[in-house]
Amino acid sequence: MNGVVGTLIKRTVLAVQEFTELFFSSARHAVTKPRYLTDTLIQTDVIGFGSLPIVLLIGFFTGGVTALQTYRTLSRFGETALLGQVVALAMVREMGPVLTALMVAARNSSGIASEIGSMQVSEQIDAMRALGTDPLRKLVTPRLYATLIALPLLTILSDFMGLVGGAIISMSAAHLSASEYWYSAYQALEFEDCVQGLVKPFFFAVIVSLVGCYFGLHTTGGTEGVGRATTRAVVVACALIFIFDFFITKFLLAIGFF
Amino acid sequence: METTQPNSKKYSSPTPPVELRRVSMSFDEKQVLDNVSFQVGAGETLVLLGVTGSGKSVLLKLILGLIKPDAGQVLIDGKDLVPLPETELLAFRRRMGIVFQEGALFDSLSVFENVAYRLREEGERDEARLEQRVRELLRFVELEHTLDKMPAELSGGMRRRVAIARAIASKPSIMLYDSPTAGLDPITAQAINVLIAKLRDVEHVSSLVVTHRLADAYALANFIYSPEIQDLTPAAGDGGAGSCTLTRFLVLRDGATYFWGTAEQLISAADPYLRKFLA
Repeated sequence: MNGVVGTLIKRTVLAVQEFTELFFSSARHAVTKPRYLTDTLIQTDVIGFGSLPIVLLIGFFTGGVTALQTYRTLSRFGETALLGQVVALAMVREMGPVLTALMVAARNSSGIASEIGSMQVSEQIDAMRALGTDPLRKLVTPRLYATLIALPLLTILSDFMGLVGGAIISMSAAHLSASEYWYSAYQALEFEDCVQGLVKPFFFAVIVSLVGCYFGLHTTGGTEGVGRATTRAVVVACALIFIFDFFITKFLLAIGFF
Repeated sequence: METTQPNSKKYSSPTPPVELRRVSMSFDEKQVLDNVSFQVGAGETLVLLGVTGSGKSVLLKLILGLIKPDAGQVLIDGKDLVPLPETELLAFRRRMGIVFQEGALFDSLSVFENVAYRLREEGERDEARLEQRVRELLRFVELEHTLDKMPAELSGGMRRRVAIARAIASKPSIMLYDSPTAGLDPITAQAINVLIAKLRDVEHVSSLVVTHRLADAYALANFIYSPEIQDLTPAAGDGGAGSCTLTRFLVLRDGATYFWGTAEQLISAADPYLRKFLA
């Protein structure tokens, strides 16, 4: 038992160490040459535009279901006019950033892990190093910066679609006018809410991209290994998003963003 | 088994392009290489033989600096790679080319982009010059017509040949081959052998060839490339000191050097393990 627990602890510590090293070397690569700007642009397209349809869809229905669920409670107190506020605060502070990150993680952490994992098991990563290219610069850094660019923008769009979804429910179920809904949504949002909603995507972007890259680079065992790496990347990325969301929210509330 | 050491003065240039000194390596407490030493001189060929898991591919990765040994030195043109950081190793790798077992072509890039890869990394921006050089390299391996194809559209033999073209783009003085003919039919394997010999005899590169196929190893030891017939022709000598091919054989057993010598010495060895290995 001690052997198993000891091995597990050692592996976890090693994984955290290697992940931290991956993060700092990727950050350093942005300010030293060579820089692979074309690869970064391509990844921004794949991660950003590629995720756009699903993010907009999820945002829309999240806003709609938030309005649906809160309408019944608010109508008991005759406060359906607050629907805009509720949807705005829920989407911008929490659901927009987290659900967008989860969607992007499901789509892109898995894609990154499987792509890099396939390269790892077929010796393409070794070939890259043999041909004089640093795989971290070529593969990891562009994906990190592409996700850092794309995820906050996707979050903003998701928030907006959530508000649109909430508006449609508010107007159809609660019979609010459009101006009532949008005015209460706009009034509810304060600077701190937007900061909270926009700080989180940057942390989540690091998680989504680097978790995928980490599991991809550590893939062993052929095609079965690629499958395992892909699954682990999604599970770990999603778990870390929730964990980090809790601590970031707690920290921002503690320093006065409420 | 007593290993026979050839006269190093006959084989080695003053600074051999490749030299390993007392290299040992283990993975997860399993000893993969145990105190291995050898030299490969300029224009010479070393054929690495051994059963699966005897450490042959690990040796190639050590020479490239992709992994570091637990002990010993890996010298390329006299410089020890072991203490060097990755950024300095990148410069040394330009002197070397490697052909991986399945080719390891980048499957999202076309044949053209695969072969051009190193040239682009080295800063070549002139597309016309790039294309000219890529065509030249593909012509060397007789695959100029596959320029626009993707690796998935190529046969196994074609992928190995494209991998050779990619590996020689920067005109390396040392070529490493990891089972270049594995899984290929005899005719395609012979085509690969012709290319390896062509690089050795025309470009005078030093070669390290990992192989399980003794027929291919003997072909490299006993034949040279003839530009007139564009094929292999019998070499003078026994593949050893007096041979045009300057080929030696290194047999690994349990990670240690078990045999070192010429093709003739290997064939005539009385050792039971070698007899069984060569059977």
